[in-house]
Amino acid sequence: MKIALPLAAVVLGISLCAAASAEDTSAPLPIKHMQWSFDGPFGTYDQASLQRGFQIYKEVCSACHSLNLVAFHDLAAPGGPGFTEAQAKAIAAGYKIPAEPNEQGEIFDAKGNRLTRPGILADHFPPPFPNEQAARLAFGGALPPDLSLIVKARAGGPNYVYSILTGFAQRPPKGFKVLDGKFYNPYFPGRNISMPPPLMDGTVTFSDGTPNNVAQEAHDVVTFLSWASEPNLDQRHRMGLEVMAFLVLLSGLLFLSYRKIWKDEH
Amino acid sequence: MATATKPEPTRRDFLYLATGAVGAVGAAFAAWPFIDQMNPTSAVLALASIEVDISSIQLGQQVVFKWRGHPLFVRRRTPKEIAEARAVPVSELIDPVARNANLPDSAPATDANREFKPEWLVLVGVCTHLGCTPTVSTPQSPQGDYGGWLCHCHGSQYDTAGRVRKGPAPQNLAVPPYSFTSDTKIKVG
Amino acid sequence: MAGHSTYVPASGFERWLDSRLPIMRLMHDTMTTFPTPRNLNIWYTFGGILTFCLAVQIVTGIVLAMHYVPSADLAFNSVEGRIMREVNYGWLIRYIHANGASMFFFAVYIHMFRGLYYGSYKAPREVLWLLGVLIYVLMMATAFFGYVLPWGQMSFWGATVITSLFSALDQVIPHLGSAITTWLWGDFAVGDATLNRFFSLHYLLPFVIAGVVGLHIWALHVPGNNNPLGIDVKGPQDTLPFHPYYTVKDAFYLSLFIMLFAAFVFFAPDFFGNPDNAIQANPLVTPPDIVPEWYLLPFYAMLRSIPQKLIGVLVLVGALLTLAFIPWLDTSKVRSCRFRPLMKQCFWLLVADCVMLGYVGSQSADAALSLGGMQLPLVWLARLGTAYYYGFFWLIMPIVGLIETPKALPESIAKAVLGAKAKA
Ligand code: FES
Repeated sequence: MKIALPLAAVVLGISLCAAASAEDTSAPLPIKHMQWSFDGPFGTYDQASLQRGFQIYKEVCSACHSLNLVAFHDLAAPGGPGFTEAQAKAIAAGYKIPAEPNEQGEIFDAKGNRLTRPGILADHFPPPFPNEQAARLAFGGALPPDLSLIVKARAGGPNYVYSILTGFAQRPPKGFKVLDGKFYNPYFPGRNISMPPPLMDGTVTFSDGTPNNVAQEAHDVVTFLSWASEPNLDQRHRMGLEVMAFLVLLSGLLFLSYRKIWKDEH
Repeated sequence: MATATKPEPTRRDFLYLATGAVGAVGAAFAAWPFIDQMNPTSAVLALASIEVDISSIQLGQQVVFKWRGHPLFVRRRTPKEIAEARAVPVSELIDPVARNANLPDSAPATDANREFKPEWLVLVGVCTHLGCTPTVSTPQSPQGDYGGWLCHCHGSQYDTAGRVRKGPAPQNLAVPPYSFTSDTKIKVG
Repeated sequence: MAGHSTYVPASGFERWLDSRLPIMRLMHDTMTTFPTPRNLNIWYTFGGILTFCLAVQIVTGIVLAMHYVPSADLAFNSVEGRIMREVNYGWLIRYIHANGASMFFFAVYIHMFRGLYYGSYKAPREVLWLLGVLIYVLMMATAFFGYVLPWGQMSFWGATVITSLFSALDQVIPHLGSAITTWLWGDFAVGDATLNRFFSLHYLLPFVIAGVVGLHIWALHVPGNNNPLGIDVKGPQDTLPFHPYYTVKDAFYLSLFIMLFAAFVFFAPDFFGNPDNAIQANPLVTPPDIVPEWYLLPFYAMLRSIPQKLIGVLVLVGALLTLAFIPWLDTSKVRSCRFRPLMKQCFWLLVADCVMLGYVGSQSADAALSLGGMQLPLVWLARLGTAYYYGFFWLIMPIVGLIETPKALPESIAKAVLGAKAKA
């Protein structure tokens, strides 16, 4: 009991810390918590959602955001959006990749434009800007982050990214100052975000007839970005269950052996 | 009892055996990722098949591309080179099989079996002796006696169909799996 | 225990080998017949678990080094692009390695507290304890170097903050500390040169640890295991051969431990991670909260609890050095806390204290606890915790050992074990 007392004091103290602080209009709101197909130990990516999410990345996000770590062949890899190799090839060929020097040793044409070639499966998604400086110049100093790991790079993961994408609809509270060239988003630290609202109702049209409201679009693109951050999740979950089942069996046998061997010794 | 010399395995023995076996199976499975990680990555595999543009290759010229980390010879042969290659009887060859990935293993090393179109010879530029890259022979700078290639490492010589004519190389230069996707493009791999 | 060997070579070859390199004899005497107290409990299985952890870290580490590129420009991509996406099972091997570090520390903390509780550091096991402290310090260094390698934001800024601890020496001899940090960095800040040397050291140190682990086990096999009763082994009736009794027991608990390990690797691989480390290192932007890995948090809290730079660093270093003095700080005649009612309470308070320090270390520097409207800055909690940590080892240990009346010790291990069985 005397042991329990100090422990209890510490636990109590820790739980008290959780109490929220006073209202502060620049502190971000608590993020929304959504249901994701890839949640939990049995979770897998929803292939149709990944394909729609890819469409949104391609038609909307990719205008400003790179996806440097993702290659076109990933689109046809197991556990991904499930495009066929031919589809992935066609997608790749639709992108212009900076070309290798030609026989004359040139990488620019006569007008000074960068020579390009169509993408192949081995290529990665090309960035919308050749370098960071060019991107910052285009956005008044702000740098749209690369999206390859965005879901892993933010506390709250998919729920945070979803909250940001759907958070533009809210009006700033009275007296809140939205800075010049910024937008109000209550889930963003400081609530002033440089990104203009990327998704509206009807921004994209899904060929499978899925409703194209902001919530659905955000849900799909977040699913796609989660896959981009963690492309091996399906395989990891499946393998994890197999490993766990095996370990239960092994531990059970070890326990029986243990009991048997020790039977007469304690 | 007569059978007492050979005792039945007891439940206890079986339990230990089963435990050990399950543990060993687990260890074997656990080893696989550590072995497989040394195999080519998905990025390497994505480049296992390439498309090359051959439209700018002149008659009598060889252009070298890179395929799966090796030189890929694409040679546009002159009628004279083709005729030379066709004149050689298979019985005279060191290696009588075609070594063409697009044909059955037993196909004879006739010149026709070394290419899809007589003018275009597509070869993996790896000497079948110990892996050096042979040097191409041209009328301006002949290499060896057969008009094809000479490997400077240990002196192997190849003819205008890429067949070995003088050792120590044991085999003809390999023809990779390839196909013409158009008149000016081939897909290799 | 040492001295007489029961090894009998089973074949001609073994006899031949035994007279040249008696390695089979060594294995036999240390892992098969080694007389082990019959009353070791679950907390004694962590030695074997730790050996497993070290082996896993070395094997996965060697594999990761086959794909990793220690260059400031390429390191992040080689981890997040190549290893995590392109290498076959690269994600699995990296997740094992990253979570393995946490599991390793989790196990080592249990192992250390177990040693503290049962008095395993007391004579004749002082050298065994000292080697353990050395392993712990080497582990921290290895973990620190390893955390830098993925070259994320937390890698970079963690490296900056920790190496900057040396700059406190400027307050002893002007420029000495800065000279040392510059030397450590090989640059005027953490950069490419730093990353390269940290990679080299991260590869080297685990093998040094393995060597010291060998000494640690050697030093264990001379006096033999301590045990939960803390009394000496009096004869063969007190012990069991290591195999099969403890091989099977260790294996069973190891299997449970692997289950916990696998749960993190497969279902919560980023649990111990920090989102900021999924952003490539940027020397121009510091993340809002620099937090070390959880296993360093108590020391981090101690460091931050002192407002003076040099003293803060000294308190941190002293907290580690203190561990080396424990065998001589404890004045008690009795080893195990089971028979030390007062020490037992102080021990559990120390465990709670370390947990609390860890919690404080994870919070931002200016955080406060609100207790019914009253604001209690956490830094005061950290100071209290630091004071108790030092107080425990330097005051409580020597004094309690002198004033406490221990409970009566059982006559022998065998008696205690068999007595318990008789009652059951
Ligand atoms: S490698 Fe070509 S002849 Fe030896």
